[in-house]
Amino acid sequence: MTRYFLTASAAAIALAASAGYAAARDQIQIAGSSTVLPYAKIVAENFGETYTNFKTPVVESGGSGAGIKEFCKGVGENTIDIANSSRKIKEDEIKSCADAGVKDVQEVKIGYDGIVFATDINGPDWALTPADIYTAMAAQIVVDGKLVANPNTKWNQVNPNLPDWDIAAYIPGEKHGTREVFEEKLMTEGCKSTGALDAIKAAGQDDKVAGKTCVAVRKDGKAIDIDGDYTETLARIASNKTGVGVFGLSFYENNADKLKVATVEGIVPSTETIAKGEYPVSRPLYFYVKKAHLGVVPGLKEYVDFFLDDQMVGPESPLAEYGLVAAPDAERQQQRDDFDAGKTM
Amino acid sequence: MTDISMDGIAGTSARARRDIGLKRRYAAERRFRLYGVLAISVGLVFLAIMLVSIVSKGYTAFWQTTVTLPITFDAKVIDPSGKRATDPNVLIRANYPKLAENALIAKLGIDPGDKATVRKLKGFLSDGARAQLRTLVMADPSIIGTTRNVDILAAANIDSAFKGQIDLSVDESRRKVSDQQVAWMKQLAADGSLAEHFNKGLFTFGASSRPETSGMGVAIIGSLYMMGIVLLLALPIGVAASIYLEEFARKSRFTDLIEVNINNLAAVPSIVFGLLGLSVFINFLGLPRSASLVGGLVLTLMTLPTIIIATRAALAAVPPSIRSAALGLGASKMQMVFQHILPLAAPGILTGTIIGLARALGETAPLLLIGMVAFVADYPSTPLQPATALPVQIYMWANEAERAFVERMSGAIIILLVFLMAMNITAIVLRRRFERRW
Repeated sequence: MTRYFLTASAAAIALAASAGYAAARDQIQIAGSSTVLPYAKIVAENFGETYTNFKTPVVESGGSGAGIKEFCKGVGENTIDIANSSRKIKEDEIKSCADAGVKDVQEVKIGYDGIVFATDINGPDWALTPADIYTAMAAQIVVDGKLVANPNTKWNQVNPNLPDWDIAAYIPGEKHGTREVFEEKLMTEGCKSTGALDAIKAAGQDDKVAGKTCVAVRKDGKAIDIDGDYTETLARIASNKTGVGVFGLSFYENNADKLKVATVEGIVPSTETIAKGEYPVSRPLYFYVKKAHLGVVPGLKEYVDFFLDDQMVGPESPLAEYGLVAAPDAERQQQRDDFDAGKTM
Repeated sequence: MTDISMDGIAGTSARARRDIGLKRRYAAERRFRLYGVLAISVGLVFLAIMLVSIVSKGYTAFWQTTVTLPITFDAKVIDPSGKRATDPNVLIRANYPKLAENALIAKLGIDPGDKATVRKLKGFLSDGARAQLRTLVMADPSIIGTTRNVDILAAANIDSAFKGQIDLSVDESRRKVSDQQVAWMKQLAADGSLAEHFNKGLFTFGASSRPETSGMGVAIIGSLYMMGIVLLLALPIGVAASIYLEEFARKSRFTDLIEVNINNLAAVPSIVFGLLGLSVFINFLGLPRSASLVGGLVLTLMTLPTIIIATRAALAAVPPSIRSAALGLGASKMQMVFQHILPLAAPGILTGTIIGLARALGETAPLLLIGMVAFVADYPSTPLQPATALPVQIYMWANEAERAFVERMSGAIIILLVFLMAMNITAIVLRRRFERRW
C-alpha cells in the first residue's frame, strides 16, 4: 500500500514540476509599496496599451518591506523583477539581497510624495508645526525641564491657536513606509525644536536612546495606529468628526470634498510647494530593478525607460495628475542617465 | 400489595405532581421560543442591513455613462506623415484620443481655437478611448476617412457626477469636476448623446487604474480556473480518500490519527495554506507566481478536509442493511461500494463539495502570499499565467482612492454574492431532489 502512495505522490509532484518549467515568463512582475502601487498601475496600464507586443506588467501590493523581501529571494523566473518602495532600501536588505544572489540592483527614484494632515471638511482651519505634533503625540514630553508622560488631552493645550478638540490622531501604523517619514520629519523635528531633545540628553540618555524616546508615540489611545490603507483613515474621520488623520497628498486630493487639509509651518501642501521644497513633510519614492533580469524578461528595459519618460513622470504627466510630485528636471535626467549607464547600488 | 394501596394515592398525587409548576413550565417554553425568534430576527436584521448597504451603494455600478459621438477617423490625425502602409507602428501609436476630443469639440460647438476652453475638456472622456478607437481602426483600416457613431466612455468623475455621487454644492476647487464640465454634461444629456448604458465592461474589462475601464473579467476567469482545478483535484482525491478510510481501512491507531488530523486541517486558518503554497509550489516546485494553477492547488488543499468530512458522513449515513444485502448476494466489496453505497451517498458528497467550493471561491488570504492579490490587466490564456480572483478584486478596489471605485467594489460584492448564492442553491436543490430518507 505504501508503495502505491509513494508512486502516486511522486507522479503528482513530477506533473506539477514539469508544468512549471514548461512555461517561460513573458510578463514583468512587480511587488511592493501600496503608496507606489497606484503610480505603478498607471504606468503598467499605459505601457501595455502603448507597447502592444508586450504584456501588461503584473503589479502586486503588500508594502515596501514585503516587496523588497520578495525581490531579494534570488534571481530567476520565479522571482519578481521590480520592487516598489516608499523608502530607500536598507543596508541589511541590500545584504540579504546579495546573499541570495541578487548582487546588481538598480535604484530608480520616481518622484516625491507629500504627507498631509487633514480633518473633516466642516472643521475649523488647522495650522500645525512639527512642535505641535510632537507635543500632542509623543509618549513623553518635557514639562518644566522634567521628562513626564504626555499630560495633554486637548489640542488647545498643545497650542492655544488649535481648536478645543480631544486629541485623536489617526497615524500610519508601524509597518507603513509613511510612518518613517512621520517620525523623521515631524516627531524628531518637533523634539528638537521644542528643546525636548536637549532635555532628554541632559537627563542622561545617550544619543541613540534619546532619538528613540523622541519618536515614541503615546500609547494611551490618543494616537491611533492605522495599519490599513488611507480608506480606513478616511472612514475613521467620517465617524469621529474631531479626529485628525494622516494621508498621502494624492489621496487627499481625490477626497478634497470630504477633507480639510492642515498647513504645516504655514505652508499649504500641494505638488508645487513640495516640488519647491517648501512643504516639509515629503519623501522620495523608489523602485528597484534586478539587473540580471534586464534583457531576460521581455519588456523590462522598455518598461523602466517608459516609466522614466517625461510623459509619465514629468510635471504634466498622468502620474503628476494623480498626485506624484515630479522631481526637478535635472534629477529626472540624472535618473535616466544612471539607469541607461547600468549604475548599480 | 403495597402497590394496590399505593395506586390510589399515586393516581391523585400524580395528577397533582403533573400540575406542579405547569404555568411556570409553559412560561419557560414561551420564553425560550421568544429567545429563538429574537435570535433569528437579530440575525435577519444584520443580514438586511448588510444587503441594503451593499446593494444601495453597488447597483449603480451596473450602469455606466457613455457619450455617443460621431467620430471622424481623420487620416490627418491618425497618420499625419502618410506612412501607415509601410510602418505598422503608425496605427498603434496614433493619437486616438485626439479623434474623440475633436468629435466632442464639434458636438459641443466650442471654437477649436479657444485653447483655454479646449483644455477644460481634458478629463471629460475616458482615456480608454485610445484603446477602443485603436481596436476599431486596427480591425478595419478602411474606416479611416469615414465618420461613424461610437459610444465613448465618460471619465469616472463625470460618471460619478452624472449619477449624483459628487456633491456639486461644495466649492469648485474642492471637487474633481469643474462647473464648466457639469454644464457640458447637462448639455449632452439634454440632447440624448450622454446617457447611462448597461455596464458590460464590468464583466469584460481587466483591472485598470481608471475606474471606468476596470472590470472583473480577469478575476472571473481566474476564479473559474481555480474552481475547475479544485473540482478536478479535490473531488476525486477527497472521495477516494474517504471511501478508503470509511469502507476499507481497518480501524487502528493510525487511522484515528489521520482522522484527527483531517478534522484539524479543516479548522486551520486559510492563510497557513497560502504559506504552504508559497514554499512548496512556488519556491520548491518552481511554479509561476500569481498563476491560477498555484491558487487552485492551494485552495484544493484547503477544500480537501471539508470534502473528506462531508463524504465520510454521507457514506456512513447509508444503512448497513444495504451493505449486508449486497455482500449477501455475492457482490465483492468493491462492487458493493461503487454500485450501491456511492450512488446512495452521492447527493451528500455533492452538497459537501459545492459548499467546499463556495468557501474556496470567497478566499483571499491564501492568495495574498502566492502573488494573486495583484493588478492584472491582461486575460490569462492558461492557468499558468497571472490572474486574480473575485474576492481579490473586491479587496483591491476597496483600497482605491477614487470615489468611482466605491460603487464598483459594491457591484463586485453583488456579483460574488450572486455566484455564491447560485452555488448554495444548487447544493440545496441537489439535496432535496436526490436525498433518500431511511
